[in-house]
Amino acid sequence: MTGGYGKGPDILHDCTIAVDKGEIAVIVGPNGAGKSTAMKAVFGMLDVRSGAVRLDGQDITALSPQDRVARGMGFVPQTNNIFTSMSVEENLEMGAFIRRDDFGDTIEQVYELFPILKDKRRQAAGELSGGQRQQVAVGRALMTQPQVLMLDEPTAGVSPIVMDELFDRIIEVARTGISILMVEQNARQALAIADKGYVLVQGANAHTGTGTDLLGDPEVRQSFLGG
Amino acid sequence: MDLLNAFVALANFVLIPAIAYGAQLALGALGVTLIYGILRFSNFAHGDTMAFGAMVTILVTWLLQGWGVSLGPLPTALLALPFGILGAMALVLITDRTVYRFYRKQRVKPVILVIVSMGVMFIYNGLVRFIIGPDDQRFADGERFIISVRDFKALTGLDEGLAIRTTQGLTLVTAVITVAVLFWFLNRTRTGKSMRAYSDNEDLALLSGINPERVVMITWLIVAALATIAGTLYGLDKTFKPFTYFQLLLPVFASAIVGGLGSPIGAIAGGFLIAFSEVGITYAWKKVATYALPDALAPNSLLQLLGTDYKFAVSFVILVIVLLVRPTGLFKGKSV
Amino acid sequence: MSQSLRSTALFVFVVALILGTGFVQSWNSALLILNMGLVSALMALGVNLQWGFAGLFNVGVMGFVALGGLATVIISMPPVRAAWAVGGTGVLAALAVGAATIALAIWLTRSIPRGKLRAVAMLAVLIAGFVLYRLLFDPATTAIEKIDPAVTGYLGGLGLPIVLAWPVGGLLAAGAAWVIGKIALGLRSDYLAIATLGIAEIIIAVLKNEDWLARGVKNVIGLPRPVPYEIDLQNDPAFVARATDLGLDVTTASTLYVKVGYGLMFAVVLVVVLVLAQLALKSPWGRMMRAIRDNEVAARAMGKDVTRRHLQIFVLGSAICGMAGAMMTTLDGQLTPASYQPLRYTFLIWVMVIVGGSGNNFGAVLGGMLIWFLWVQVEPIGAAVMDLVTSGMADGSDLKIHLLNSVAHMRLLTMGVILLVVLRFAPRGLLPER
Repeated sequence: MTGGYGKGPDILHDCTIAVDKGEIAVIVGPNGAGKSTAMKAVFGMLDVRSGAVRLDGQDITALSPQDRVARGMGFVPQTNNIFTSMSVEENLEMGAFIRRDDFGDTIEQVYELFPILKDKRRQAAGELSGGQRQQVAVGRALMTQPQVLMLDEPTAGVSPIVMDELFDRIIEVARTGISILMVEQNARQALAIADKGYVLVQGANAHTGTGTDLLGDPEVRQSFLGG
Repeated sequence: MDLLNAFVALANFVLIPAIAYGAQLALGALGVTLIYGILRFSNFAHGDTMAFGAMVTILVTWLLQGWGVSLGPLPTALLALPFGILGAMALVLITDRTVYRFYRKQRVKPVILVIVSMGVMFIYNGLVRFIIGPDDQRFADGERFIISVRDFKALTGLDEGLAIRTTQGLTLVTAVITVAVLFWFLNRTRTGKSMRAYSDNEDLALLSGINPERVVMITWLIVAALATIAGTLYGLDKTFKPFTYFQLLLPVFASAIVGGLGSPIGAIAGGFLIAFSEVGITYAWKKVATYALPDALAPNSLLQLLGTDYKFAVSFVILVIVLLVRPTGLFKGKSV
Repeated sequence: MSQSLRSTALFVFVVALILGTGFVQSWNSALLILNMGLVSALMALGVNLQWGFAGLFNVGVMGFVALGGLATVIISMPPVRAAWAVGGTGVLAALAVGAATIALAIWLTRSIPRGKLRAVAMLAVLIAGFVLYRLLFDPATTAIEKIDPAVTGYLGGLGLPIVLAWPVGGLLAAGAAWVIGKIALGLRSDYLAIATLGIAEIIIAVLKNEDWLARGVKNVIGLPRPVPYEIDLQNDPAFVARATDLGLDVTTASTLYVKVGYGLMFAVVLVVVLVLAQLALKSPWGRMMRAIRDNEVAARAMGKDVTRRHLQIFVLGSAICGMAGAMMTTLDGQLTPASYQPLRYTFLIWVMVIVGGSGNNFGAVLGGMLIWFLWVQVEPIGAAVMDLVTSGMADGSDLKIHLLNSVAHMRLLTMGVILLVVLRFAPRGLLPER
């Protein structure tokens, strides 16, 4: 799968992001580099003026976010990513809203991935802890059985321990064959689990490589990882 | 001291009327709160939607009565109610298509929608007065009482009588069924859940593939049904007069806000709270107190806190207290 | 078309409409429309101050207008000495107790921390205050209402010139607005709307039921006038001579003279308020208000006390409505509480503001005059249309009778349609804010 992207003068400048099946790709970069914007562009939440977004080789640049969900993209926004007044299970059901078939199996799979959610299935999602909420959010996005899952700063505002656990879960998700595209503030930890890393600066690709390559690259370390 | 008679008097003059009134307010407030939760504005035309639905019901009732159709002891209006609901549904859907949708597409500020609903209110109000006139209309028929004062006294041998009007019983039964169906719909069905999801987090609902226009349409249909049921029950129990329905706006909104705008459970709790306060504060407690207290303490005055003309003041004061103490309402509604 | 040309053209159009009424119907109708149009314009200015300048959603205009009406009775009617003798002190004492109770309750809230103690103390104060209030109030009002109930049965007023009631009406409305603003401003806009809707209903309920105050639904009629009576003019030889010189019928001349008198007084007030409102709009204060309206968060961040500013403008706008209410009751010559209807006194004013152009003072004045003209004239126009529609039907058919009888309700429909059409196609009104 390739998601190519290029855009006019304002935020993103001919930047290219791609992720292959079952891989984890991480976008890192300084504040205001256009990380989240790049992801939103892939998901169709802003106008792509030139360039293209391709899913499985098909051009989906003209599709709305909703249609992209139907085509197999899952998106977890950074904030407001759960239905706080609804139970955990209802959140998952809403994630599967576009599916007309029986999604009981998918719910079970999500529960296997995030066992804590099974215990709290009847509880309102808004009452859960920060880390659990993120699990609900990821679980909700998984309900459409997407080919690619996009996460916008999944570890924002959670404690380091919870962050490690979340990254473990994300690796597990990737092992089921789902491609992961993720924007992260915690660059070091994120690159450690990444198959592919993109360093964006001012909306353009600055460095690209495998996670370990980038972690080892002295220039990247110097500029973005604090030495 | 005669506690039994005191309780019967209390039930007859306070509890039963307040329960019926509370059920009517709750149904009205549910409509307001659903519109608020889904379309995110305070619908000033709601009172007149109730009037319109009730009016269609009345017209069909008269037609049925003219044909000699009746439900025996029950009011014929029950048979006409589905037609009233359909009429109101058609009205609000047409309104949504021609008026509200334009502003929804533009994503205007909620207060603009409130002003738009003022215009709609004028039109509904004019429409109802144009069709049925501004006067009182009677359309209740069938048995007047489930139990009358005389029967109750004969049955129990108590001094104090208790009457339950058919319309009061009917109000409660209908309201319970309506609310049960509504909550089943909201909590158990896919469409109902999608409505709650849309109300909770619009952006995420869109991401999940929920069609906003469909949610809005279903909301209007439900609101039309609720408004018609509330309006018809109120009309049966008290009287149908277009202006009274406009005035119901205040207690209905007070119920919805007190309960927490956007919260269906809150709307019901708010409705009963307002109704009981209104009836309780404007009731002259002399009779109950005379029974309940020892003879030596029997009161001379009426023990009426406020004249019945001030019943609006009661909804208002409760509203103010809630706004001061807990601005999101008793059951947490949408943000302040 | 430039804005000033556009506004001139529109104002000329309204003047032409009123003159047209004079030529086609009668000059008395034209002046009647003009006078109420001037009062409506004033009310619209008040609402525009709140909504157009500050974005405050006040749907209690009716209440403030009614308070103005009450002021005319309190100021201008002669005092009923017998009523004061039997119940004056009682009522005053009761009101003092009521005020003291509320003051004490507020003091308790501020001085005792939240908890059981405060709740108990508060309850005790409120119950004791209420019982004492009723003990003083009930016998006093009963006594007052027994004094010649067919004619008086109330305390009467102060017997001062009625024009004094105009500023006093503004003060009464301002007081009510201050209380309601203290409670509901700073919360979401919907709450202010419902709160003002409620206070308006309560004010009307007080006017209808507190007979000792202004005779309730028995109405106060024969309010003193700031202009001469027609009958006096007709008996004045100098006036009769002038009227015949002008070739006018004396009766018509006297009614016109009176109406012109009112019109001039109203026009003076309107011009003064309009000038003040324009100055305010262009002053730093006005700019700040609009800045707050357009971005409350930013204004707050810049250290503006938004709630306080809102309270200020809410009180001011309501005061203008109260003053207009007093002027209207002066024009009517009587206070009839049952005639206050929210559709007419609250929502119609809103139609005026929106149609005229919210945020533009001249727009409010234009909207006030234009919508009032339509409100009056829709009925005869509607009747003519209905006559045409039903002309083909058989005389005496139920439908024809029903349609002809329903003409009166065309007004509401028309106003709703006008409001929606303006909101849709000219959302900023006829004279948009600059």
